[in-house]
Amino acid sequence: MRRYLGFAVIAVLGLVGPFALPTVVSQLAFVWLFVLFALTWDAQGGQMGYNSFGNILYFGIGMYVCTVVIIGLTFNVAEYTAPGGEKAFTFTTQQYAVGLALGTIAGGIVAALVAAVLGSGILGLRGHYFAIGTLGLGIAAGELAAGWEFIGAGSGIAAPVFPDPLGDRATFFYFVFFALAVIAFFVFRRLYRGRFGLAINAIRDDEDKAEAMGLPTTRYKTMSWMVSAFFLGLAGGPFGLLIGFIDPRDTAFAGVTFGVWMVLMAILGGKGTLWGPVLGAVIFLIFKELFWVFLLGWQQVALGALIVIIVVFFPQGLMGWMRERWPEQFGHGVEESTSEGAP
Amino acid sequence: MTMLLEVEGASKSFGGVVANENISLAVPEGAIVGLIGPNGSGKTTLFNSIVGYHPIDGGSVRFDGHEISKLRVVEIARLGLLRTFQQTRIYGDMTCVENMLISTPVRLEKTWDLFRDHREGDKDKADQLLEFVGLYAKRRLLAGDLSFGQQKLLEFAMALMNEPKLLLLDEPTAGINPTLINGIIDRLKRSNAELGITLFVIEHNMRVIMNLAEHIYCLAHGQLLAEGPPAAIQDDRRVIDAYLGAH
Repeated sequence: MRRYLGFAVIAVLGLVGPFALPTVVSQLAFVWLFVLFALTWDAQGGQMGYNSFGNILYFGIGMYVCTVVIIGLTFNVAEYTAPGGEKAFTFTTQQYAVGLALGTIAGGIVAALVAAVLGSGILGLRGHYFAIGTLGLGIAAGELAAGWEFIGAGSGIAAPVFPDPLGDRATFFYFVFFALAVIAFFVFRRLYRGRFGLAINAIRDDEDKAEAMGLPTTRYKTMSWMVSAFFLGLAGGPFGLLIGFIDPRDTAFAGVTFGVWMVLMAILGGKGTLWGPVLGAVIFLIFKELFWVFLLGWQQVALGALIVIIVVFFPQGLMGWMRERWPEQFGHGVEESTSEGAP
Repeated sequence: MTMLLEVEGASKSFGGVVANENISLAVPEGAIVGLIGPNGSGKTTLFNSIVGYHPIDGGSVRFDGHEISKLRVVEIARLGLLRTFQQTRIYGDMTCVENMLISTPVRLEKTWDLFRDHREGDKDKADQLLEFVGLYAKRRLLAGDLSFGQQKLLEFAMALMNEPKLLLLDEPTAGINPTLINGIIDRLKRSNAELGITLFVIEHNMRVIMNLAEHIYCLAHGQLLAEGPPAAIQDDRRVIDAYLGAH
């Protein structure tokens, strides 16, 4: 009962938020985007024990695919992405909306397919080797995109102008990210409760044992990565349109900002828990905004100090800390339902 | 009597060290067979070769009609040949029940089942097997918080959950409180008699292996030294010499 009350409170806050705080709607949209970042990262880093520094790859892929689909459905992409080319094209509301819907889904699917191809190779690496291997992915993707004329190369793509009839741009995308984060949350919640959760936890705890028990570990790992990639790919397109400009290194494959932050948020909240990444994303964003407002000029230093504090004092994250403090409320009560009907 | 496992002329060396040399043995279906030998005689290497951890240099391993010496660990496990580890391996950050639930036989799985809930009956079966090994009261605890002996029992229960045809046990009683050992012998025998699982057991504790096995193979210096029923092995001069270091 109390749990449903919690969901209701979050739902009301999420729906009312942009109307209650109309000046910071973009920042509120970031809350949900960051929740999605942390959730998708934790599916590998926390639940499966595979620290990926390359998940940003799928976000960027989704962004480019979605934008190219929107443009390509109506116009010639190469003409649009030529220097200054976007000024010659305007989209009707219908063209934009159809493109956005199809492009977002295409972004998710393409990202998941890329994860399937990369996963069978890179997920064969373990521990530090996997982390370093994935670090290369995001960087390589950024450089590739910056060298590809068709998608604007280094000068990026100016996103199609948001049509007025759809209302306020920030509010519109706020609800897109809200919906994506909520869907992602419930999908992961469902997956962690079933065989998927146990399989990737087993891989985290002892992959050799899992193999010796006959679990097809590579296939499971790849599927986990595909689920995360799918949601990141979905989020990429709307983000590019919200920001209005796609830079290959700073917006799409932003490894040093988003790529690192998604790791931090999951660790801050508590790796390997469902609520940890959600909590971590919200708290991280609050700190980040405060630093940017009150410590401008020193914001990166403050963020660095925050990282050190998180790692030194909360290595298990807030959820881990709360579990130790109040084991009755936050301990391993989640598993109660596992043995229902036991003799 | 049909042979479930047949090893013929298996050899394995690591660099210049010959760990197994031309070893041939057979495990009949439904039997309990023992493997003994002094430290470093190549028992665990032989187990690793059988389950596919490393390829053998020569010879053949046949299981249930399949040649398995070229297969990988996962494929062999899916045929129904499972092993437990000398250094017990369980999933430490998961509860005992969760450890059991993820140990269901994978050969029954379709890819899509990964996204489904647990199958009907799996939870009951997990509870029954935890009861069988005496861990039912601890089922909600994290497996990593159990004592070493309890972890061994959990690993055994996980193996039973997987419904193997043949189970290779690497020192099931090592490091276990002597008062618990009789309980383990009893459970191994019952799993063999009631669940029909063939057992192939490495053991150092002579009292255990003499009680348990119907047939015993003895390795020394990577070679097969002797084989026979427990009574014969116990009195075999070569076996006694190997253990006492006569050569």
